[in-house]
Amino acid sequence: MEKMEEIEGSIADLRTTFRSRKTTSVAWRKNQLRGLIELVQDNEQKIAKALYQDLGKHPAEVYRDEIGIVKKSANHALSCVEKWMAPKKNRLPLLYFPASAQVLSEPLGVVLIFASWNFPISLALDPLIGAIAAGNTVLLKPSDLAPECAAFLQETIPLYLDCNAIKVINGGADVGEKLLQQKWDKIFFTGSTRVGRIVMTAAAKHLTPVTLELGGKCPAVVDTLSSLSDIKVMAKRIVGGKWAACNGQICIGVDCVLVEKKFASTLIDSLKRTIKKFFGENPKDSNSISRIVNKNHFDRLSKLLKDPRVAASIVHGGSSNEENLFIEPTILLDPPLDSEIMTEEIFGPLLPIITLNNIQESIEFVNSRPKPLVIYAFTKDETFKRQILSETSSGSVVFNDTVVQYAADVLPFGGVGQSGFGRYHGKYSFDNFSHEKPVMQRSFFLEMEPRYPPWNDFKINFFRFAYRFDYFNLVLLLLGLKK
Amino acid sequence: MRTLSVLPFQHCSSVGGASSFNKSFIYCYTTKPTFSSTLRFKNCTQFPLYTHAVCSVTLSEMTTEQRERERFDVEKAGLLMKELRTSFNSGKTKSYEWRISQLQSIAKMIEENEREIIQALFEDLSKPQFESFVSEISMTKGSCKLALKELKSWMKPEKAKTSMTTYPSSAEIVSEPLGVVLVISTWNYPFLLSLDPVIGAIAAGNAVVLKPSEVAPASSLLLAKLLEEYVDKSSVRVVEGAVAETSALLEQKWDKIFFTGGTRVGRIVMASAAKHLTPVILELGGKCPAVVDSKINLQVTARRIIAGKWMANGGQTCIAVDYVITTKEFAPNLIDALRNELKEFFGKYPMESKDLSRIVNPFHFRRLASLLDENKVSDKIVYGGQKDENQLRIAPTILLDVPEESMLMKEEIFGPLLPIVTVENIEDSFNVINSKSKPLAAYLFTDDEQLKKDFVKNISAGALLVNDAIIHTTVSSLPFGGVGESGMGSYHGKFSFDAFSHKKGVLYRSFAGDSSTRYPPYTPEKERLVKALMSGNILGIILALIGWSKD
Repeated sequence: MEKMEEIEGSIADLRTTFRSRKTTSVAWRKNQLRGLIELVQDNEQKIAKALYQDLGKHPAEVYRDEIGIVKKSANHALSCVEKWMAPKKNRLPLLYFPASAQVLSEPLGVVLIFASWNFPISLALDPLIGAIAAGNTVLLKPSDLAPECAAFLQETIPLYLDCNAIKVINGGADVGEKLLQQKWDKIFFTGSTRVGRIVMTAAAKHLTPVTLELGGKCPAVVDTLSSLSDIKVMAKRIVGGKWAACNGQICIGVDCVLVEKKFASTLIDSLKRTIKKFFGENPKDSNSISRIVNKNHFDRLSKLLKDPRVAASIVHGGSSNEENLFIEPTILLDPPLDSEIMTEEIFGPLLPIITLNNIQESIEFVNSRPKPLVIYAFTKDETFKRQILSETSSGSVVFNDTVVQYAADVLPFGGVGQSGFGRYHGKYSFDNFSHEKPVMQRSFFLEMEPRYPPWNDFKINFFRFAYRFDYFNLVLLLLGLKK
Repeated sequence: MRTLSVLPFQHCSSVGGASSFNKSFIYCYTTKPTFSSTLRFKNCTQFPLYTHAVCSVTLSEMTTEQRERERFDVEKAGLLMKELRTSFNSGKTKSYEWRISQLQSIAKMIEENEREIIQALFEDLSKPQFESFVSEISMTKGSCKLALKELKSWMKPEKAKTSMTTYPSSAEIVSEPLGVVLVISTWNYPFLLSLDPVIGAIAAGNAVVLKPSEVAPASSLLLAKLLEEYVDKSSVRVVEGAVAETSALLEQKWDKIFFTGGTRVGRIVMASAAKHLTPVILELGGKCPAVVDSKINLQVTARRIIAGKWMANGGQTCIAVDYVITTKEFAPNLIDALRNELKEFFGKYPMESKDLSRIVNPFHFRRLASLLDENKVSDKIVYGGQKDENQLRIAPTILLDVPEESMLMKEEIFGPLLPIVTVENIEDSFNVINSKSKPLAAYLFTDDEQLKKDFVKNISAGALLVNDAIIHTTVSSLPFGGVGESGMGSYHGKFSFDAFSHKKGVLYRSFAGDSSTRYPPYTPEKERLVKALMSGNILGIILALIGWSKD
């Protein structure tokens, strides 16, 4: 009950701050963005430590996927926010003369951000950047599954950002539920489809728009490559996009690989070699690989491997250590398609490889499943690229690489179908937290008589031409030269 | 010079088109329309004055007819969905040619059936032909024509030009259809608000199911009949019906739901969409205010308010002026002006005017009547107030200073009643507006530049329009949609295309230029490098992530 009061109090504060209009000024937005950059800059060590405690993430991964990403996004927003805020002028047809029209981006109000545990810093602060740039007040709810990072955010954010406009609240599902009972002007959620449904259902009560950043089984389609160097690069990028990004606990990680039968062994060999190169003979001793976030997820992943048909398909790895919550990079060849590992999002270090007779079959394979957040395709065949683009649907498509699209500010990031809706990153983040308000101005001068009743044929004809912007006939009509 | 020589020719052809148009239009005036599609159509056309008696006759006939028809239940909805899904999966709706051919058919459908459309609207709402022509036929045709003209450029992938291009990579954004979408439409502009979203959905390459409103039965039936006749049945369907049919439809998994209607049903739609994680666009309403300053051209203002209220389907419009705010001092002048102009437009006896729509049905008539009958409201009428339940007509009615807590000032009015709220200073109007939920549109009449600026800054609404009402909807380059309680998502013009498209980010990389910096094992050297790269600028980060080799 105490928590509920705290929540209601926070929202009331945020609403008051928003009404004061201070968050709408450019200066405020820029200050906050600068504050955010300082926050990550000053606390690199602390962030790295928190992430090590929560997920065993190596500092290099922390810089690449969390600190760096946030700094990049904040810098980008800082340099562009004024441009984004500028009203967009619209050209009006002559018929409306004299009039002008523009579209203004205005903040939505008080917004709620639910972050996720796998990238607890960047998935909390990246949407926050968009919300600030758009001039909203924000309540941020970090994930309780990454408790050190959650505590860090709650302690540190008030030191760097305007605590009347940006608040952090920590807690588990009960707090999340209480937050959802409140009326927000936008809810931004990163997480699972199950909770996504709950969030949207709750939002419907208040007609609150939502952005859902979910996941899905993101496939990597690997065409048969002939050049040895290409194969090497492909293997590095797949291993990088699977195990070197929070050990597969990433919504845009490679979930499974689709490959032609004849190329499977080459692929597996080169993946194995790359794993060895990256994580050594004994990956569990490597400090370059994250651990599983908690016991629940460890059990969930172990259960996927327990299915005897699945266990039989392991061609690399498979060992785990419950005490350290570690699961070795594991490759499986053709586990049954009806097994859980192929029906659910894996979200961990297991990589099934599915063989096909012909790589073209991958399109049907993808289309027969829910739309993923991203499709990766390694190929040099331009026709096949076009085919993937036009015949499949996914949040995004990346050719010949993995995961890097997350860093591209120019591309909208978001899902479609089961992988979510709404998009962010760069200007899309700004738009996500803005309402595009059209403003049209007319003058009292020049009144169009035919607009008003009583109606007659002349007036009907007037509109017939007007709607076609047929000025020639309009003039004839007005001059009485036309009936 | 080339364009100059071509232009007259184009005009000639349109002159020819227009004159044949006119004939059919006049025909509609002079001849009794001969509808023969169903019994209830015949019934109605024989009584041009739509009486309550006729209304109940047709309703009872509709129910028997419906009973005879097989019920559209969840199972049927499932089958329909399966059929459309198969059609969508075949890929045919994605082709430019399919989209164009369907849009052309819709344009043709409207052109060839103007008469029928006007007749149906007359039956459902006694909508004056002029209004039907301007706000339904022309608007719909306009958006069809625009889509036909612009589709190619809308469909083109958008190149994402950045520093990324300087690296071995390129990026673009591809618009792809979402799949099978549902459009739930409403009764006040049954053609425009059904076909406009459908045009967007088709332009974006989706398969569509349209559920017109049962509250405008003649229009609903005509839409069902015409669309079946003119467009590709395998991908575009109409399901007629009320709550049961809508519920059956909402059980299905759609790729997008586009809903126009009230907030109550909007919530239900969004909650059922949540089950399937379906994105929604909600076009709702709200109390759209018109602030009237004293520095104005009074006559023009009065006329434009009338246009934005009673000439907009008798106030039954989501962006109609719901109430007026003006200063105490200025209110009498404004009321006088409104009175004069109303008389000029609708005559001395507005209840008999053919230039006004009637109330859609007895339910809404009673709802509006009860707003007027409320204690402390009925004695505030300064103009109008007459009502006739048999004809479902309520005269243009102006009320001055009704209590703030009355239903009239709490609920969206959606009818021909116009309360005028007075304030001391015109700036106080902002507080009145901001104390209510965000409206779909807010209007201001003034010549005061500072007031305009303050209005734009302080008022949040779906759209703002200064010195006019309603006409912003006709500008296809402006997004149309609500914010807060007035809805979410927007459409019109290219925004309609975008509303039914997924913007797919595509990144092309080559195998060249791979760096080991981004990969483990993470050595202190790599860590330093990553750190150095990241602490600098965006360039550094992209460099590091993309792996432009530096080591």
